[in-house]
Amino acid sequence: MAKYIGKRLLLFIPTIIIISIVIFFIIQLPPGDYVTSYVAAMSAEGEVFSAEDIANLRVQFGLDDPWYIQYFNWVKNIVTKGDFGYSFEYGRSVWSVIMDRLYLTLGVSFVILVFQYVVSLPIGIYCANHQYSAGDYALSFVGFLGTATPNFLLAIIIMYYIYVKTGNIYLGLFSTEMLQNGMRWEYVPEFLGRCLIPLIVIGTSGTCGIIRTVRAQMLDEQTRQYTLTARAKGCSEATITYKYCLRAALNPVVSGMSGSLRTIFSGSTVSAIVMNLQIQGPVLLTALKSQDMYLAGTIVLIQAVLVVVGTLLSDIALAWLDPRIRFSERS
Amino acid sequence: MVLLKKKQKDLDESYYLASQWTLMWRKLKKHALARFSLALLAILYLGALFADFIAPYGLEEFSALYKNTAPTTIYWKDMEGNFTRPYVFKLEKYNNRETFTVEIRENTEERYYIDFFAEGIEYKFLGLFTTNRHLFGLVNEAGEPDNSARINIFGADSTGACIFSRILFGSRVSLTVPFVSAAISFVLGILLGGISGYFGGVIDNVIQRVIEVLSAIPSIPLWMALSAAIPPGISVSAMYLYITIILSFIGWTGLARVVRGKFISLRKEDFVMAARLAGVSDFKIIVKHMVPGFLSYLIVNLTLGIPSSILGETSMSYLGLGMKAPATSWGVLLKETEDLVSVAQCPWKMIPLVFVIVTVLAFNFLGDGLRDAADPYK
Repeated sequence: MAKYIGKRLLLFIPTIIIISIVIFFIIQLPPGDYVTSYVAAMSAEGEVFSAEDIANLRVQFGLDDPWYIQYFNWVKNIVTKGDFGYSFEYGRSVWSVIMDRLYLTLGVSFVILVFQYVVSLPIGIYCANHQYSAGDYALSFVGFLGTATPNFLLAIIIMYYIYVKTGNIYLGLFSTEMLQNGMRWEYVPEFLGRCLIPLIVIGTSGTCGIIRTVRAQMLDEQTRQYTLTARAKGCSEATITYKYCLRAALNPVVSGMSGSLRTIFSGSTVSAIVMNLQIQGPVLLTALKSQDMYLAGTIVLIQAVLVVVGTLLSDIALAWLDPRIRFSERS
Repeated sequence: MVLLKKKQKDLDESYYLASQWTLMWRKLKKHALARFSLALLAILYLGALFADFIAPYGLEEFSALYKNTAPTTIYWKDMEGNFTRPYVFKLEKYNNRETFTVEIRENTEERYYIDFFAEGIEYKFLGLFTTNRHLFGLVNEAGEPDNSARINIFGADSTGACIFSRILFGSRVSLTVPFVSAAISFVLGILLGGISGYFGGVIDNVIQRVIEVLSAIPSIPLWMALSAAIPPGISVSAMYLYITIILSFIGWTGLARVVRGKFISLRKEDFVMAARLAGVSDFKIIVKHMVPGFLSYLIVNLTLGIPSSILGETSMSYLGLGMKAPATSWGVLLKETEDLVSVAQCPWKMIPLVFVIVTVLAFNFLGDGLRDAADPYK
């Protein structure tokens, strides 16, 4: 097991390096750079730039080098000084811009991830154990509907429904009173209420996917010989379900965990714009649009690293869960 | 009795002689939900094919007066309550004397009758011949085509264009881009997954790393960067091609993983070894001997890949990265529902969403039916 983890950790570093290069390249890909979009924005307001001004701006921002040199400088500063670069748009260091929203983003993403599994595992097991019952049909239908509706539109539908029912518009995680007075205990119920909508909206598509996987896997396992043997030996249904079938059925669910983390990051970007959440998604989108490349690059890099770490953790969990993987690695 | 037995025997024989595809098709036909979905999808695709005939208005036709108006009310009865030919009223502006605002109301003086095969904007029917007949349209009381009234059965958007027509034209993009991009990622997935699994070693490692990298990067920046790299000012059809390629670039990784797994397990089978000993080329072994072994699974994967592609196209257009007006797709139409206010004021703008959901569900159910049909153990 230790050797397996060590091997995986060793592969982790080259992967991160390649990812950072790809990210930097992709962010560079659109024609023009921040100076182009800055000049375009300022020209629209009536400022006049000479070719010399523009060239000076490029030198000032360090944008006159080819992209691989920019990349090299960026990585050098990250590794040696922990400096992720300078956000042109915000006029301060990228790290301070990211820190504004980092904890909330990570918190929201983590809660959604946990929510997905807490909700979908029991439902999936229930559906498999009561196949073709009314409950199974109802839950499966909701599951299908959830995967079929784009996240951001679900947000609008739910907000519209709440607006019609209560007359309040719940936009964002914090109300104006909360932002003015800071967090107080009496705001906690409302805050939790506000958290619920993003939770449902961003979590739904993943939840439905997991329900379907668990249901299909459980049904598969229940027809296996070992289940029959266990039943013939007189094991209780609970033991069969939770100790044998579930353990085998969890395999694809665990390996899909990093994928769902990625879906949460992507899904939350669009939904956060619709719901006006103070998380990283909207910042990333504007940074990408205005070619504020160090900010965009850092956010994408953090998300990608988290996904890779997630993959690593899910692989380790898989090895722990499934002795076949453990032993095949050893031999 | 003898006849019945003979029939039974024929059935049995045809069962055992049937190819895998025939068996799959038979099982699929028994799956009610899949059959229904298939019919539904056929209707949707026919709608896309005959869009200019079914749609009462063309893509560029709009009327500022009808901006953000609700679906046109169709009347079946006249003032006395007798059934007549269905008709509508045209809209007009009037000054509300109480609120002093300009409002829109129905002008109930003149009736405009709904006419089938009515004349409208000219188009080329299936690219074959030019005609101006549409499935339905409006004629005035004299029976002549009249443009002063409009029939928007799903209401109008913010430019005053008919949402029903735009849905039909949009389906040409929204129903084909995902299909083509799923097909491209399908080919990429099989090819790269196959190479990775069949040859192993260094190639396998490289491809695995590429997959890992591609699947670690969240899709939004990928879309943004790739679609920003599309040169501006290109034609709609070129734009369409680019979007297709972008979507397929991101979609192939999952399939490649599965194909690789299948290849690794099949590589050690005796029949592959036998083929190799007989001197069959690698390419032929892959295409003729290995792929047919799990082709049914791949077909299922292809069907299930389309819905996520449809949703991808929707999000992309919604973020303003995909098609741009006047070209239309379901995502472009849903961009109108971007904020709560427009949904609260014009709920009919959510109608394109119904089409998205129905299509995605239909592909999902069809995929499920295909999976059951392809499973030889059921």
